[in-house]
Amino acid sequence: MNLTLKVWRQNGPSDEGRMVTYKVEDVSPDMSFLEMLDVLNERLILAGDDPIAFDHDCREGICGMCGMVINGVAHGEQRATTTCQLHMRHFADGAEITIEPWRAAPFPVVKDLVVDRSAFDRIIQAGGFISVPAGSAPDAHSVPVKKDDADAAFDAATCIGCGACVAACPNGSASLFTAAKITHLGLLPQGQPERDSRAKAMVEQMDLEGFGGCTNTGECTAVCPKGIPLDTIARMNADYLKASK
Amino acid sequence: MAVTGAILVLFLLGHMAGNLKAFFGADAFNHYAEWLRTMGSPAVPYRVLLTVTEIVLVVAVVLHMWSAVSLARRAAQARPVKYAAKRKSQANGYATHTMRYGGVIILLFVIWHLLDMTFGAVNPKGFDAEPFDRLVAGFDPSRWWVTLFYVVAMIMVGLHLRHGLWSAFQTLGLAGGRSYGKLKATAALVSLVLVIGFLSVPVGVMIGVIK
Repeated sequence: MNLTLKVWRQNGPSDEGRMVTYKVEDVSPDMSFLEMLDVLNERLILAGDDPIAFDHDCREGICGMCGMVINGVAHGEQRATTTCQLHMRHFADGAEITIEPWRAAPFPVVKDLVVDRSAFDRIIQAGGFISVPAGSAPDAHSVPVKKDDADAAFDAATCIGCGACVAACPNGSASLFTAAKITHLGLLPQGQPERDSRAKAMVEQMDLEGFGGCTNTGECTAVCPKGIPLDTIARMNADYLKASK
Repeated sequence: MAVTGAILVLFLLGHMAGNLKAFFGADAFNHYAEWLRTMGSPAVPYRVLLTVTEIVLVVAVVLHMWSAVSLARRAAQARPVKYAAKRKSQANGYATHTMRYGGVIILLFVIWHLLDMTFGAVNPKGFDAEPFDRLVAGFDPSRWWVTLFYVVAMIMVGLHLRHGLWSAFQTLGLAGGRSYGKLKATAALVSLVLVIGFLSVPVGVMIGVIK
């Protein structure tokens, strides 16, 4: 396959940045999107150019490091797929592909396609945890959990914090991420004592970071590689309203 | 957004039902208009309940717009650098993307509508005419462009509610789990009923069923 890439290049946080066009020849349809960028980078290095910086780690769709907006869609148009698990067979030969970093004020660009997602860490630090008195793990069945709650909590817990929800949201809102964490902990018995304070603290931190407000467009859940459902946001709103009373 | 929107939806339901009185002739419609002013009498003085409703509505509209502007401003601040590629909507919700400009069209419509039917400023019959005469004159076939504007505005209202109705439940934390299908279907149904109900009157005048 031969492709034309339009890639966002930005030398550092203070650089203005620009779109740069690259031709990539002899791409195998079996390559992942990141492998295709690896091939381009090897050629750039051989030519003495600066390789394109992009985040990646596990390359098996579970770490949440990779993420770029491909042709205007976070992680590309393939549903429920991270960029590393997106394969070139989904693109036509001769295609022109636009690649941009996540765009959000709380996610400043570090270099090229790499953004700083520390804002998510600070939201977690605000309350996305359970304070547990130290001790050995309890027996598995000593605290019963309803199957429905366990399933919903697990669905929410699959969030990998990649930030695609923010990138896709027309409002730049981090509601789906925050709601996934609040739902995950708030549905389980261990999360009950801090349920109200957690929702309040995390939502307030989210707003403090400069993320936009949720208008329930549903763009987040549509691009989420883990398919975190929209009803997590309703749960977050319910917990937050209860805590704000 | 959700609370003020809910107040406005309740008003629209009442308004739409009241409009249908036009199909029962001039007297029924004019009596209805008079009843709005004498509601609760003699316990409540003339026009008190109507005035209270009007104040509540104005406050709701202002707060609704304030919420919308705040959200839009926060959204602009949250994404100072735009995407170069056109962002393709992945959630299939056409109505969702009409909310902001649709809201502006609805606001312009409400201003025209008040000037037309309430104050009579842009109505051929003027303020002193009976409500029914103003209605029939306003949607006269020769003023087809007014009717067209009403049709466009009502479709915008329908789209606005198509998203707004279920979105309000979501915002208040009342939606969830497997209820989205039913909730969204109800939103679509209520929006459709309102649009058809509202449009039946101007179209009725246009084709001569109401005269």
